[in-house]
Parts: sequence; C-alpha cells; structure tokens
Amino acid sequence: MEVIDLAWWKLGLAALLVLALAATGHLSRLGITRSLLIAAIRTVIQLALIGLVLEALFASSAFYWIALLATIMLLVAGREVVVRQSRRLRGWWAFGIGTGAMFVSSFTVTVLALMVVIGPEPWYAPQYAIPLLGMMLGNTMTGVSLALDRLNESVWRQRAVIESRLMLGQTWQQALEGIRREAMRSGMMPSINAMAAAGIVSLPGMMTGQILAGSPPAVAVKYQILVMLIITAGTGFGALMAVSWGGRRLFDERERLRLDRLTKS
Amino acid sequence: MTGLLLENVSVGALSEVSLAVPDGQVVCLSGPSGSGKSRLLRAVADLEPHNGAISHNGADQLDMPAHQWRSRVVMVPADSQWWFDDVGAHFPYKAGENVPEALGFPSEVMAWSVSRLSSGERQRLALWRALALQPLALLLDEPTANLDGEATRAIETWLLEEIRRRQLATLWVAHDPAQIQRVANAHYRIHRARLEPVHGSD
Repeated sequence: MEVIDLAWWKLGLAALLVLALAATGHLSRLGITRSLLIAAIRTVIQLALIGLVLEALFASSAFYWIALLATIMLLVAGREVVVRQSRRLRGWWAFGIGTGAMFVSSFTVTVLALMVVIGPEPWYAPQYAIPLLGMMLGNTMTGVSLALDRLNESVWRQRAVIESRLMLGQTWQQALEGIRREAMRSGMMPSINAMAAAGIVSLPGMMTGQILAGSPPAVAVKYQILVMLIITAGTGFGALMAVSWGGRRLFDERERLRLDRLTKS
Repeated sequence: MTGLLLENVSVGALSEVSLAVPDGQVVCLSGPSGSGKSRLLRAVADLEPHNGAISHNGADQLDMPAHQWRSRVVMVPADSQWWFDDVGAHFPYKAGENVPEALGFPSEVMAWSVSRLSSGERQRLALWRALALQPLALLLDEPTANLDGEATRAIETWLLEEIRRRQLATLWVAHDPAQIQRVANAHYRIHRARLEPVHGSD
C-alpha cells in the first residue's frame, strides 16, 4: 500500500483552523489566544525538528546517538513535570524526584517491551525504541506531574489534619494515607480512562497513525494494545515512586510535616 | 523525678525554657496570643524543630521514633480535626464502647457522622480520642475554648479525674485565670522569651 505524503502547504490549511479558533477566542476575550498560539507554534517547530533528528538517527542507528536523544527527552520531561506543579519541593528535589521516577519506570518498561515483546534487531533499533519511549515518557510525565501536583496541593491544604494525625501517634505514612490514595488516583485516571474508552469512544492516536501509514489494522491493534498496557504500567509505577519519594520528602527524620520544603511557583 | 521534663528548650520566640511537669499534675501556661504557647506544646510533641532536651520518665524524645513519642505524649490542638465521615472511625477499636458519661454523649455517638457535631462536641470527643490512646502525658491547647461555662466545669472535673487516676503529666495552655485557679498545680506565664512562675491568685 502506498502512503500519501502530505505537502507542507496542506498543513497550512489545518493551521488556518487554529488561527480561526485563536481569532474567535480573542474576540470573545476568552484569554486562551496567547497560550494557544504559542503551543501551536511550539508543536510545529518541535515536531519538524524531531522529524529531522529521526531521519538522521534512522540513517546512523548508533547506540550513543539514541541514548543521547533518550536522555534529552527525559530531561525535558523532567522540567515539564516541575513546571506543571503549582506547589513543588524546593531546590532540585522536584526535578530529581519527577525525573527519577520517570527514568526508572519508563526506561525499564520500554527496554522490557523492546527486548522481550517486540524483539527488533538490534534491540535499540530507533524505529521502535524512539517512538515507544516517546509515548511512554509523554504519558508517564502526565501521570507523575498530576500525582505530584495533587500530593503537594493536598498536603498544603490539609496541614491541620495531617498534624492532628501525627499528634495521635500515627506514622507519617498513616497520616498521609488518604492523600497518597488521592494523588495516585489522579495520576492514574487518564490512563485508566483511556483504556476504558479505547476502541469504542476513541481510536487511539498511535493506531490511527499506523493505519493511516498503511499497516493492516490487525497489526496496528496489537501494537496499540501493547502500548496501552505498558503505558499504564509505566505511568502507574512512575506515579507510585513519585508519590512515595515526594511524600517522604515532605516529612523530616522526626516525622514532622515540613511545609517549608514546598514553594509556590 | 518522674514526669515530663523540658531542659533549655528553644523554639520560635521562646528561648531556654526549662520546666518540670510531675506525673498526675497539671502545669498551666498562659500568655498573650502569639507569645509561643502553642509552639512550645508543638515542640514538646516534636512537631516543630527545636533545641534543648525533652524527656518523659528518663526516656528522651530522640531515643525513640517520633510517632512512638507522640503516642506517649499526646497533644490535643485547639481546633480539633476530623478526617473520616463517621466519628467511630477516628477511634481505636474498643474505645467506642465506653464513652465516658461526663462527656454527655449517648452511647451511639460512634455511629454519628462528623458533620453533625458542633464545635464543642468535636472538642470534647477530641479529648476522649487522645485519652483513648492510653498516653503517659497530655498537652492540652485551650481544651475548653469552644465550651460554655457549665460544660467547661464538667469537662475540667472529668479531665482532672482522669489525669489523677492515670497519673498523666499534663501541660495545659489556658487563658482564663479562674480556670487556671481551678485546675493548675503550677502556673507559668510567658513573658518576653521566658517562662515566669506565677504564685498565688493573680
């Protein structure tokens, strides 16, 4: 099957739609125009650049170039997790915890999927490794930042409750019990909802893309199932680690609640 | 000496506070608002970083995990907090069966939902919640602030009985001189950064 390439000027038609939305938003003073336009421009530039990078990468497929790209993706995701939290830990903790959790969960799960499930030759073949890692990181990033944001915000608001529970001799884990559950829930909800609605309400982007690119739907569906399962596992473990490390950092060695370790961004 | 012992404790505006609270006795603290009474209690409960040494019956605060210390030296804050829907969920398993009569609750109070409690009822139940943990010492921050005159007297009497019977070392923050007169074995007032003993009736 032949794939129909898109000419750049045709993308301009799609861009016109966004411009129309921006103009409407501006006229009705919805206050979204600026962020909408900036995000649209960013997406075009970023994706165009990554297209060039991937072209070069596929041509060379040297391990260190792939590792370098993976590292850059991870660091940018780490920064994104930090800015998405309205209250975050001071210093390098916010970045360290978010990035660490994403690294452990998404890299482990991606490598596992590459080596055991898909098995390309070599296992880090960029055509498989980079898109898979990108999807893992993108979703883990959402999960980790939602979970950490919820954790910090709830702890901030429920200070009196947490301290009351400490006063009654509870450990910091017990005092944080309900808040950890909420934070995990909020980190996992997008993945769980996506799995529940997949195929019926929504056709997931990756599968759609693969079918548009000419894959038989049966193959695309199998890849989509694989991706959704590992995304959920990666997001879940990432959020779990982030919440437990972040929660630990909110208490000191005497199990005191240390809100002075949080800062408002 | 048995009881709660504070040696050169500094926290916030207070510095070098030394104080002994014998078991079974009540030491009252008073002072203008913002003078650091509550922070001192929080330091004794180890909820606030502080200098100096705090011990109970020779066992130092730092010799045990903080949650273990706090289950021995239990603080009851001025505004009680409730986080589950039902009253009973906040209490240890057996504590619900024998709610003291002096608190003035029917026996089914444990099945009530927290949202229907008045602030005075919450405060009384918070005192029972603390005592149900079988602590060795009590830190009370204005325990009768939300109660009317009659209820205040009843709670005072009940608390004093429990404190004597269980031999609890009690640090009690109060502002009403009449109440201090009624409950205190000793009374200290915060003056600038220090505690000053108050003698007699003034």
